[in-house]
Amino acid sequence: MQQDLQNADCIVIQGSNMAECHPVGFQWVMEAKARGAAVIHVDPRFTRTSALADLHVPLRAGSDIAFLGGIINYVLSQEKYFREYVVNYTNAATVITGQFADTEDLDGLFSGFDPEHRGYDARTWQYEEAEVQAASGQRDELYEDRAAMASVRQAGRGEAHGSGGAHVGPPRTDPTLEHPRCVFQILRRHFARYTPEIVEQICGVPPRTFGKVCELVTGNSGRDRTTAFVYSVGWTQHTVGVQYIRTAAILQLLLGNIGRPGGGILALRGHASIQGSTDIPTLFNLLPGYIPMPHAHGNEDLDAFVAAEGTDKGYWAQLRAYLVSLLKAWWGPAATPDNGFCFGYLPRLTGSHSTYETVMAQLAGDCKGYFLFGENPAVGSANAKLQRLGMSRLDWLVVRDFSLIESATWWKDGPEIETGEMRTTDIGTEVFFLPAAAHTEKDGSFTSTQRLLQWHHQAVAPAGDARSDLWFAYHLGRIVREKLAAGGPGGQASPGHAAAEMDRPVLDLTWDYPTRGETAEPEAEAVLAEINGYDAHGDPLSSYQQLNGDGSTACGCWIYCGVYAGGVNQAARRKPGRDQDWIASEWGWAWPANRRILYNRASADPGGRPWSQRKALVWWDEERAAWTGHDVPDFAAGKSPRYRPPDGATGADALSGIDPFIMQADGKAWLFAPAGLLDGPLPAHYEPQDCPFPNLLYKQQRNPARQVLPFVHPGNRFQPSGGAPGSDAFPYVATTYRLTEHHTAGGMSRWLPYLAELQPEFFCEVSPELAAERGLEHLGWATIVTARNAIEARVLVTGRMTPLTVQGRRLHQVGIPYHWGPNGCSRGDPANDLASISLDPNVHIQEVKAFACDIRPGRRPRGPGRVELVREYQRRAGITEQTGTEP
Amino acid sequence: MSEGVGGRRRVAPWLPGVRGGRFAGALAGEVDPAAVDGHAGHPPRVGFFTDTSVCIGCKACEVACKEWNRVPEDGLTFTGMSYDNTGGLGADSWRHVAFIEQPAPGGLPRATQPQAQASRDSVDVFALAAGGDGPAEPPAGGQLRWLMSSDVCKHCTHAACLDVCPTGSLFRTEFGTVVVQEDICNGCGYCIPACPYGVIGRRAGDGRAWKCTLCYDRLGDGMEPACAKACPTDSIQFGPLEELRERAAGRLARLHQAGVAGARLYGEDPRDGVGGAGAFFLLLDEPEVYGLPPDPVVTTRDLPSMWRHVAAAAVAVTAAAAASFAADLLGRRLR
Repeated sequence: MQQDLQNADCIVIQGSNMAECHPVGFQWVMEAKARGAAVIHVDPRFTRTSALADLHVPLRAGSDIAFLGGIINYVLSQEKYFREYVVNYTNAATVITGQFADTEDLDGLFSGFDPEHRGYDARTWQYEEAEVQAASGQRDELYEDRAAMASVRQAGRGEAHGSGGAHVGPPRTDPTLEHPRCVFQILRRHFARYTPEIVEQICGVPPRTFGKVCELVTGNSGRDRTTAFVYSVGWTQHTVGVQYIRTAAILQLLLGNIGRPGGGILALRGHASIQGSTDIPTLFNLLPGYIPMPHAHGNEDLDAFVAAEGTDKGYWAQLRAYLVSLLKAWWGPAATPDNGFCFGYLPRLTGSHSTYETVMAQLAGDCKGYFLFGENPAVGSANAKLQRLGMSRLDWLVVRDFSLIESATWWKDGPEIETGEMRTTDIGTEVFFLPAAAHTEKDGSFTSTQRLLQWHHQAVAPAGDARSDLWFAYHLGRIVREKLAAGGPGGQASPGHAAAEMDRPVLDLTWDYPTRGETAEPEAEAVLAEINGYDAHGDPLSSYQQLNGDGSTACGCWIYCGVYAGGVNQAARRKPGRDQDWIASEWGWAWPANRRILYNRASADPGGRPWSQRKALVWWDEERAAWTGHDVPDFAAGKSPRYRPPDGATGADALSGIDPFIMQADGKAWLFAPAGLLDGPLPAHYEPQDCPFPNLLYKQQRNPARQVLPFVHPGNRFQPSGGAPGSDAFPYVATTYRLTEHHTAGGMSRWLPYLAELQPEFFCEVSPELAAERGLEHLGWATIVTARNAIEARVLVTGRMTPLTVQGRRLHQVGIPYHWGPNGCSRGDPANDLASISLDPNVHIQEVKAFACDIRPGRRPRGPGRVELVREYQRRAGITEQTGTEP
Repeated sequence: MSEGVGGRRRVAPWLPGVRGGRFAGALAGEVDPAAVDGHAGHPPRVGFFTDTSVCIGCKACEVACKEWNRVPEDGLTFTGMSYDNTGGLGADSWRHVAFIEQPAPGGLPRATQPQAQASRDSVDVFALAAGGDGPAEPPAGGQLRWLMSSDVCKHCTHAACLDVCPTGSLFRTEFGTVVVQEDICNGCGYCIPACPYGVIGRRAGDGRAWKCTLCYDRLGDGMEPACAKACPTDSIQFGPLEELRERAAGRLARLHQAGVAGARLYGEDPRDGVGGAGAFFLLLDEPEVYGLPPDPVVTTRDLPSMWRHVAAAAVAVTAAAAASFAADLLGRRLR
């Protein structure tokens, strides 16, 4: 959590501009600094965060895995790792199957790659003599195997899942870390080539600066000191984004910095409740509480799903209790043991249905309707032009926002109207604009970056027709249900039994929230109470450990269970910080179980004593035979450090007293991920989709599993990379970002005069050297071009943009804030018009933090000339529909 | 958190009674402006200590000020002056964050004290980081510094704006601050050139003078000013002036100890040209770098002697006029 940053001895902020984008949380970085911590900012640009850091390390955008991999190599080769922590709390000692082959062996590929399907078969990444399921990420990878195994088990054991059956033994380990196939030795070999020279060549960071970072990080890690990492979308928004964070996780685990005060890896979320929108997701592939959405496997029922997606050991072994309670919350009395608690009502995945696949489906005419709630894809999503083209093929579009954002008006005044690519009279999309209430105008909760739920009460009633999202969703559902109950749209008799069956999932929903006032606003607290859950008597639950898989409990999101304990809105607690300790456990409520630092059992040594007094957080109290400390212990309260599970134990009982990572099937933190990832068990440096440099580390240029093939489209052309013919047409590296003064795609800031005046126009940032090279004038105009589009921006020439020497040549980077669009008080071209749709395979996030571009002086052409300019670049670079799509 | 970076205050010690009558305005030899202006038994003088060494340039102060005081938008102009599109203080900007990009003096600030003591016994100095304790190799173009500072009305001990105001619109409050009463201001504009810092401006289409009130309305309700409340890093600290000066001295000493040689206080000295500012600053470079006058003087300082000269001149002029009139009269009679 952010307050815990004050306890850090060193803070590395990388892939994040925390001071600008999270200024309130940044106070804790300043507090740490005041207490003597070193603050390092690793970022392509010198930002407001760099201004307050002790050391700013400029690096090439898109090269962070090489940089972090270099630190890992330093830690391993200089024996700087925290051995006792690593041996006991991570899977360093676990032996991996002999079928595994590393990028070392396959020149940039891991074993199991299928070039035809552009994906990996993860079977060869498994533990020897054991098979483990991931705690998060891709849990459907081995569905057939696991479901089959479950059916064998069921045949012998009936409903008692996992408690015997096919025995999955403990994995083979070597605590000396000497076995050549143990994770630790694999790591050593894997990262050996990430040398300081490679860091210099790939990242453009001189060895001495790199060495300084290595010293600060390792010198501030160990029993008595901790280093924290902070990242944001500067790490995630890459075609290999998930592996950026994995690299940091490996480093922090080797240094023993996870689960300890002043340690950890803080993911700063980009919007007030983005954490909440993954906990109770707006994502296509998750159910509340990170339960995977079922795939469309033949005949998959509740038992098969639980067997395939759950674990035998650790807290995911209770998946059935979490899922059945969710189904009870949604379908109430209709969910019975006989119908698998309505498991069949859940939608099934047939593949990726991310926002980008949805756009392609719109273009293909398959997706006919679109709701936009507080989302402005015509500005905020990668390849914004493709977003607008997609919306022009819809039958209907509903936009709920504060103002007439670009996504609501593209059909009459969007950029494609100006270029002649679209004509208003040709567009059949019916656009509905519905004004939305602001957070001050409604009750509800925010879940912050640190899993903290904070309740906000309505301060004023929304003006005019503006309504809350809750109001809209509730009444839309109510009206749809009324229409279905009356036999379909218009109340006509249903054509047959099948249609009625099809409607049951909607008609059986519990949809009876109390409302109040003239507008019939639903009670937000009633929704919170349902999320919290209740028992068979209707009394609120207080902990997810009370959840049952027999239908006797209901809970809308198992990790939120306890937020309404005792019938009290715990998220509304506001005891001031000055009246409690730094953990501030009585301010709001954090999931799970109001615990503020996850995996905090790791803050004590294997014997249960704090690693040092200075870094004490939770510890084993021998007298009381219980875990205690400053935070809520993230461990079974009475489980002694000496506890070792008996043979055949399952669930939480299968974890020993030295297994702090209780969500993992083996209780250990995964340096090597045997399951859960689609692009490798270890991170490897791959270059961005569009990049002017070849990959120096492997023959494999880009992440072979990245998602590009579904997005081949004339409006989404990729560029030649790394010295391939034509790549010199795009010699610079662009990176997009936010400013303090504006918010994401601008819907909440560009219409507000007080914010608009602070950054009144779209601009780009370039170094004086690049300005001289390209004839760009300060305060003049520049046109920035990629294979997708050309945009114009005012020029801000600044020494804060640092040219780098990469692979022996001078590299200039272009900074492009992405807040703007043509509407509002503060206007400009959308930076996302430049970006391609090319995605990370694990989480389907777009690569907008690093892509190659060209920049030239002057404004972009008007009318069809704009399209022609882009075509000219495409011709010059020899771009075809195949360019950049190779594995 | 026991205390914030600067020890954020949560109560209202500047209100009468809260501090148990421990009146603190009178530093040795220092003028007590509220008493001078007739506020008997007034609460302690309050002000701002703006510690620019922790300012992150978020401009929350500018926005909070405008929101609370309903100050209008000040123009949508892209200035190109780093991230500063406000430009300066005026009728429609009562807080202004300056952004100064410059080469860092003397490389990097030394990391930290505990840092230096970090267990290094086993340190096998990373071969390529030779010379490890010196500053890291600066990137091409040199290590940068980006100074940020939130400027505001100084609420001078000797306030020229107040001296020249003919209507009494500008007045000294019981808190020792200087406030314009917009319902009395007649828009004469005398206060504008009188301010040695260029703080006050006349609002277009309104004609009256406007500036920071140090949130006089909030003070009366026991609340700190909006800008200080919004500041996330406690760069803007509000409180009794005497206490702020102590805090500033401590902070300055710590920075000097940490090797930040350029750190200095600006406006805290009661012996300066305005008798000390009610809003003073910790700067990391010369005041001119931030656009602040290095040696401000209350512009009405020489008024008494000027008036003596004016009076003498007036007598002479009157005499001359009288003589001329007499001569004229005489001339007419002679015709």
